Amino acid sequence: MGMNTQGRPTRMAENIATGGYADTISGSRGLDQAEPLIFERGDMDRCGVDLPDPKGLKTRLGGQERKAPIGLPGLAEPETMRHYVRLSRKNYAIDLGLYPLGSCTMKHNPRLNEKIARLPGFADVHPLQPAATVQGAYQLMGELAHWLMTLTNMPAVALSPKAGAHGEFCGMMAIRAKLDADGQTGRRRILVPESAHGTNPATAVQCGFTVDEIPADKTGRVDMEAFKAKLGDDVAGIMLTNPNTCGLFERDIREIADLIHEAGGYFYCDGANFNAIVGRVRPGDLGVDAMHINLHKTFSTPHGGGGPGSGPTVLSEALAPFAPVPYVVETAKGGWEMVEHMDDAEGDPFGRMAAFHGQMGMFTRALTYMMSHGSDGLKQVAEDAVLNANYIQARLKHVMTPAFDGTCMHEALFDDRFLKDTGVTTLDFAKAMIDEGYHPMTMYFPLVVHGAMLIEPTETESMSGLDRFIEVLEALATAAKDGDKDRFLAAPVHAPTKRLDETRAARQPVLRWTAPTDTVEAAE
Amino acid sequence: MLDAIGVASIDDLFTDVPEAARLDGLIDLPTRQTELQVERAMSAMASRNVAASHAPFFVGAGAYKHHVPATVDHLIQRSEFLTAYTPYQPEISQGTLQTLFEFQTQVALLTGMDVANASMYDGSTACAEAVMMAARVTRRTKAVMAGSVHPHYVEASKTLAKYSDVAITVTDAAPADLDAVIAEIDDTTACVVVQTPDIFGRLHDLREISRIAHEKGALVIAVFTEAVSLGLVEAPGHMGADIAVGEGQSIGVGLNFGGPYVGLFACKDDRRFIRQMPGRLAGETVDADGRRGYVLTLSTREQHIRRDKATSNICTNSGLCALAWTIHMTLLGEKGLTTLARLNHETACELADALGSIPGVEVVNDSFFNEFTLLLPKNADQVVNELAHVGVLGGVPASRLYPGRFENYLIVAATETNTPEDIAVFAKALAGVL
Repeated sequence: MGMNTQGRPTRMAENIATGGYADTISGSRGLDQAEPLIFERGDMDRCGVDLPDPKGLKTRLGGQERKAPIGLPGLAEPETMRHYVRLSRKNYAIDLGLYPLGSCTMKHNPRLNEKIARLPGFADVHPLQPAATVQGAYQLMGELAHWLMTLTNMPAVALSPKAGAHGEFCGMMAIRAKLDADGQTGRRRILVPESAHGTNPATAVQCGFTVDEIPADKTGRVDMEAFKAKLGDDVAGIMLTNPNTCGLFERDIREIADLIHEAGGYFYCDGANFNAIVGRVRPGDLGVDAMHINLHKTFSTPHGGGGPGSGPTVLSEALAPFAPVPYVVETAKGGWEMVEHMDDAEGDPFGRMAAFHGQMGMFTRALTYMMSHGSDGLKQVAEDAVLNANYIQARLKHVMTPAFDGTCMHEALFDDRFLKDTGVTTLDFAKAMIDEGYHPMTMYFPLVVHGAMLIEPTETESMSGLDRFIEVLEALATAAKDGDKDRFLAAPVHAPTKRLDETRAARQPVLRWTAPTDTVEAAE
Repeated sequence: MLDAIGVASIDDLFTDVPEAARLDGLIDLPTRQTELQVERAMSAMASRNVAASHAPFFVGAGAYKHHVPATVDHLIQRSEFLTAYTPYQPEISQGTLQTLFEFQTQVALLTGMDVANASMYDGSTACAEAVMMAARVTRRTKAVMAGSVHPHYVEASKTLAKYSDVAITVTDAAPADLDAVIAEIDDTTACVVVQTPDIFGRLHDLREISRIAHEKGALVIAVFTEAVSLGLVEAPGHMGADIAVGEGQSIGVGLNFGGPYVGLFACKDDRRFIRQMPGRLAGETVDADGRRGYVLTLSTREQHIRRDKATSNICTNSGLCALAWTIHMTLLGEKGLTTLARLNHETACELADALGSIPGVEVVNDSFFNEFTLLLPKNADQVVNELAHVGVLGGVPASRLYPGRFENYLIVAATETNTPEDIAVFAKALAGVL
């Protein structure tokens, strides 16, 4: 693409078109550097990797050679480094500050975990090597399984699910398989609270169930009367998050479990919030039949800008025989082996969830975290997370409006009543937090609360860090009430970009770069 | 802090827990350990594995050992990438969003398709989701999978489809052509699923099957497990595929004992398709000053908006592995990727010549990229174990993927990481154990 450097207006337009600023010549502002796409920077002849020259042997591709160029640009190593380092600086991260995304559990990611995951004995091992050459990997899976089963007091665990939603799928498939094995083919209705994560209803449907929503009561928990009224001989089970997405422990959980079991159904617990109770409460003692555990939440494997995750799923005695392949077993001789095929399994597995054996890179990190903390440290993780959330709720309840009375678990839920008549919405409030150097809380979720703001500090934050955060939110809430609306509606003004037009992105989707038709050159 | 909250103790914050479920003491697991202690214990476990770099290594079948430049692992460990969440607040997530937009474009270019999503968990789940998507797009229920698609991909697809109205037919694995798949195509067929290079390493021309499938209104899903192959062989999009899915592990990610990997998912730019796509999509837009920027978009397909009517239940995908993939691909560029692909193919040719000249050993393939199948005069599982005993990681017995079948067949892969010495050691060891 030819750069027209002949006049300022054109340069400004070019800067804006490639994401730069209009008021500098370069499009950068000091350390906030403009960074065009690789397609606008690189070219097809440039390469940042050292490779020997091919010998030019005759190919054996059966006539399947690629006919046309691919169109992939390359960058030299220093250019590559700069491109991604510059882009990285446009991201918020837990290493930069408090990241209070409720339900997402943004806690510190200890770097020992990264170091261990990169040991060649874990990182540089192929999943289909002969068993004798991967005994340490099988052992690691066995030890992780032991920790997860002991922490939950559950008799079985499937390690292979690749994320939370995949774990939900695992648990619900096991329930479906158990019902079918028992001839309970009329049971197809799954009860799901309105406050549930969207993955719950989506998963239930994937397993051939229909979804029946249960309302919340005034305390933010399952409405027991509504729940009881929905029980019947077509009910397959309930999917319940505990602590729930309002940050509250479901006090009636044992009764819910008993009633669903009496009705012939099963209890799926969404374990996204296990970090609030780990080491203190074992889900197996609550009557749970299946629960996934997000290793990327409770056990600190990094979120990586949207994954990878890992969602091992613990199963009750009733569901264990239907666990998917593969899984590891300890042999009589003290070694380990992998059961990879349905026909070799002891039970009646519902299938295989994905290729190979699961998210090994997450297993190493999570087990490192567990061993570092131990049973005592994990208990403290839950306690500190709950303490921190309650501290925020207590200190902010005079200026913001908690959605429910009483103490909370690991996250504090506010609604938007305190913004009534201010002209400021939850979204505006969140964007103003960005200007103050904080990542916003989870917004507009759970759906049962109007203008929800769900704040999860995790155990990572110190009291002084929380105090600073609280002071900022206090001042923002006061500013909104005092009519300082512009501060919110314009926000963010101190972020790498101003508010982005999401409607336009959805109405006129541009999902990839395409080569521009160069009008300047065409005119010449 | 307790005073501010108005409680006397931590226990008072857990009073909603039913009494019967309150624990008195600690759970029966070891207590906390120092960094040094943990490192020692984990290193001991790691040392019980034979790392791929520590042996002549020829194992493939869906995961491949390639050299990953040091730059890649350094960059993905930048705090701002490693410890960020899904980019829900785009104004402070442009780093992740722009790299995803670049990733999507690179995947689309590589596969010869129009658009790609921001990644799936891995190749197998991308394949399974593609089958379900094809059924939604065509409103048909029959899926035909070639028996030469990676068996784990077939099993993952069957699991996802198990309680849906989609029925999956799998053709026999052995024949080299796609005639059996073509024979299954009828007016109820939603899609055919074919892999090239297939699990035995054979390459397939998809043009004929695409023409026939399209005549019957069925979609073609092209699968690949070795992304590097696309630097040398024809892209699925140029052979009529409607959806291309595959494993991205071989670029930037590493072996990791099977995960995490990164699923690549691309399709045609057709409204019907894009509306039915699973997973996240980054899209271009402008900010309030008119400056270009990126957001997650078309989320009305996704579970957090559409709930029980979502196209998939996927939420977390494989962001950091997608980042590793796109960085490695940027370092390679067209020139690097095509060179890398050619080096892989040439190494495989040399390996095929070396092994094929051993008496009793036959190279089954007429065509291959960097992986092919050997017919041995004895049980391949036994051979692999005997090779491991002499320090050679010599491939995957086909029976490990097809239990009870192909017992004398061995699938072997070669990449740019294999030296002439590796090949010589392997050939000598194989001759020795036969």
